Amino acid sequence: MIELDARRLLCPMPVIKTQNIIKTMAVGDKVRVSCTDPGVMQDIPAWCRINGHHLIEAVETDNEFLLTIEVGKR
Amino acid sequence: MATQKKAVALISGGLDSLLAAKVMLEQGVHVEGINFYTGFCVEGHTHAIRKKDKLKPKRNNALWSAETLGIKLHIIDIIEEYKDVLINPKHGYGANMNPCLDCKIFMVGKAKEWAIENGFDFIITGEVIGQRPMSQRKDTMPVISAESGADDLLLRPLCAQNLPETKPEREGWVNRDELYDFSGRTRKPQMALAEKFGFDDYAQPAGGCCFLTDKAYSVKLTDLWASRGQRDYEIDDIMLLKVGRHIRPRPTFKLIIAREEGENNFLQGYKKQFTTLRTMSHKGPLTLLDGSATEEELKLAAQIVARFSQGREANSVDVEVTKNGVSQNFSVKPLAADEVLEQWRV
Repeated sequence: MIELDARRLLCPMPVIKTQNIIKTMAVGDKVRVSCTDPGVMQDIPAWCRINGHHLIEAVETDNEFLLTIEVGKR
Repeated sequence: MATQKKAVALISGGLDSLLAAKVMLEQGVHVEGINFYTGFCVEGHTHAIRKKDKLKPKRNNALWSAETLGIKLHIIDIIEEYKDVLINPKHGYGANMNPCLDCKIFMVGKAKEWAIENGFDFIITGEVIGQRPMSQRKDTMPVISAESGADDLLLRPLCAQNLPETKPEREGWVNRDELYDFSGRTRKPQMALAEKFGFDDYAQPAGGCCFLTDKAYSVKLTDLWASRGQRDYEIDDIMLLKVGRHIRPRPTFKLIIAREEGENNFLQGYKKQFTTLRTMSHKGPLTLLDGSATEEELKLAAQIVARFSQGREANSVDVEVTKNGVSQNFSVKPLAADEVLEQWRV
């Protein structure tokens, strides 16, 4: 599992960071993205749906949002 | 069987780019979207910083457009490269600090680079002749094609019939007869086409998609450059221009005063980078001090911050000033309303 720190970034930067790291990963690999902008709870799932990746989990903890994604086929 | 042609569509999140991409999909073209993030995009969730806006949906309209169309969307960070576009626009600015023509040339050029790298055949945009006063005029649209390097690989499906034939039309990759001849500032043809395609939840941004078209934002940016003696910026600078009251009581520093809880929370993230002021004896906003201030000026800053606290009518307000992790306290009399001079407000 790769950890991606996108805290303090405002959307769409967390989406861009996620997109860019996924480009370097293989199908089936997983990444967990840590964010503070609540917009990611809408944007990253939408980006995953559009681009064929699987959102495994999206949880909110103390003012942070953790999203786990499995890389899909491109 | 002919090979399916591939077009990259500039997707802003607005109606026109949504329609342009849809028109191509209807013609059997494979379309993928590209969206550029300059740092000035209203599409970002920067308005979500303010607490009152957190109740509103926070969807990113470019992503929404792509999902509605069923196409992929590639979001590209161009923050660094965009600086030169904004600071040195060959074609100048619009009504505010918006370098619309240079911006469009730059973005189409980037889209062309992307198209080449990714094996795409042509580029489409949602531009309409006469829709925008700077970048979407009959005389400037050929400039975009030429200076971006896209030339006749740039197709504008919504107004193509008003323009010379492009390569995708000449080669039969798309049918010119099924493209459109929209022109002018009216939105009626676009709305009718949206209805035809069954789009009813599209974005209708009142002030365009870029903060640089906003007068108040442009004034703050100009002030930032003037105060630093150079036209440059970092991403944090342009983010902070979107947040808080900006008050410059002296040329050497300005105060960024949170207006409500959401902004307070946002500014917390900058505490390590800036001198901060907090009222201790009364509830009040978190304030960043951008620039440098003498001891006497810090006291003035504290008086201003006290003015925006719940102690504004008190004889004395305690204000903690923290710089590089070291705090000092001031007990100050808040400035009266008329002592916060109008010309200080940026």
